[in-house]
Amino acid sequence: MSWINDNLGLIWEQLREHIYLSIVPVILGLLISVPLGYVAVRFNWLANPLIAFGGVLYSLPSIALFIVIPAILGTQVLSTVNIIIALTIYTVSLLIRNVIDGLRSVPADVRQSAVAVGYSPLHRLIAVDLPIAVPVIFAGLRVVTVANISMVSIGAVIGIGGLGELFTLGFQKDFLTPVVVGVVLSLLLALAADVVLVTSQRLLTPWARITATPVEVA
Amino acid sequence: MIEFEDVTKRYPDGTVAVDNLSLRIPSGQITVFVGPSGCGKTTSLRMINRTIERTGGRISIDGEDINSKDAVTLRRGIGYVIQHAGLFPHKTVVDNVATVPKLLGWDKRKTRATAMELLERVGLDLKLAERYPAQLSGGQQQRVGVARALAADPAVMLMDEPFSAVDPIVRNQLQEELLRLQRDIGKTIVFVTHDIDEAIKLGDNVAVLRTGGKLAQFAPPAELLANPADDFVRGFVGQDRGYRALTFVHPDDLPLKPLPSDLILDDGGAPVGWRIDTADEIQPLGSVFTRGDSLRAALDAVLTSPSGLGVCVDADSRAVGVVDQAIVAEALRP
Repeated sequence: MSWINDNLGLIWEQLREHIYLSIVPVILGLLISVPLGYVAVRFNWLANPLIAFGGVLYSLPSIALFIVIPAILGTQVLSTVNIIIALTIYTVSLLIRNVIDGLRSVPADVRQSAVAVGYSPLHRLIAVDLPIAVPVIFAGLRVVTVANISMVSIGAVIGIGGLGELFTLGFQKDFLTPVVVGVVLSLLLALAADVVLVTSQRLLTPWARITATPVEVA
Repeated sequence: MIEFEDVTKRYPDGTVAVDNLSLRIPSGQITVFVGPSGCGKTTSLRMINRTIERTGGRISIDGEDINSKDAVTLRRGIGYVIQHAGLFPHKTVVDNVATVPKLLGWDKRKTRATAMELLERVGLDLKLAERYPAQLSGGQQQRVGVARALAADPAVMLMDEPFSAVDPIVRNQLQEELLRLQRDIGKTIVFVTHDIDEAIKLGDNVAVLRTGGKLAQFAPPAELLANPADDFVRGFVGQDRGYRALTFVHPDDLPLKPLPSDLILDDGGAPVGWRIDTADEIQPLGSVFTRGDSLRAALDAVLTSPSGLGVCVDADSRAVGVVDQAIVAEALRP
């Protein structure tokens, strides 16, 4: 316990870094996946190759990616940008499938009437297609967020790993407390992130919880 | 008036969905496109709001070519109702109805007031306004669909088989309501159906299309029944077109016989049933008709009455006389 008290500053610092490194890629990944998914749905032949390519990207080992990115982009080896780019790649590779499935979940008659009432294509995406796709997209966001939170720790190998650095610290000193703290905080963080996502999904989609029960009025 | 001039839709693979269609759709009336599947009726309808683009010919609304403005603007000025209503599942009923006024940038209060007024107009309980479409029955959803189409008060409303997915009783209700509504609003309505009965019931004019997108006949329903242009139309209009034609005969001078003593009336003079041959129990009345009703209604009253006499009532439901088969048959004689 005394280690925890003595190192609250460090723990807080690593937790903040961990949140930053795992959440920013989710946001960036979402911003990339939505237009990409839209294009894929619009030009149908693109969808399957894109989903397959996403699968391939996701299978790349993360350590390799952390190391290769600086070589390719010329970033500093110890830059957080490397982690963010790598995790954004993973996010997009997973999320693209959900965005495509989500946009495809818009019923044909709904799409048809959206066109016919006079939505422009972009307006329709924002006001009709995306809101209806929210449940499917959020299912992907939940998976990706938790995966990112666990993957950030691997960055510790190259010296930027948020809570993961508590693991390396513990191993180097052959001392368990930092490891336990790191594991517990990672779990809590994942849990908290999931709660936030589930709550925001519920707020965004009050209509989705309604089961088809016609009301008996006139 | 909506005018089709030599309109053709040919798909890249060479299929011709609509072939040289020329047609004038009068304003303020219901025009029905009817025909078997593959006759291009839906394609023809959807070319009007350019959700399908034609490949040849010209379509104009009140003289203005539909290509003279961009498709999005055009569509906001044309109401559209489809088979399963196509309501937005993530919007409440009132927000669904408010869609087009919102797109047009109307003031919020005016939009909502208009939406509520329309819900009332299509016969929906205002308690449903804040519900989501999934909470409504098929018939209710279709009413919301009609309200949404009318929200921005378009001059033209397109209806693509709007009532074919609901059960026959609700369908009949919705048809009656559409006719009642149309008497108030007088829109130019283009209505697509594969059901000739629906076409005859709703249409001021009926365009019968044959497979391959060719116009077989364009005429008011009575004319269609009386003088089908060819064997295709005759076959499509059906075997009992003679009986259906009775719908369009409205004799004002059908001679009535005096009320027989075995017709039971209530205190107000409304018929309640028959007591035939001094039997104790009262037999049900059967259907009744009013002066000016179609011969179909009069004949139906004769056929459903246990006495063989159809009861004619006045506007206050009081019995005024009866007719028998002979009277109806006489009225049918040309």
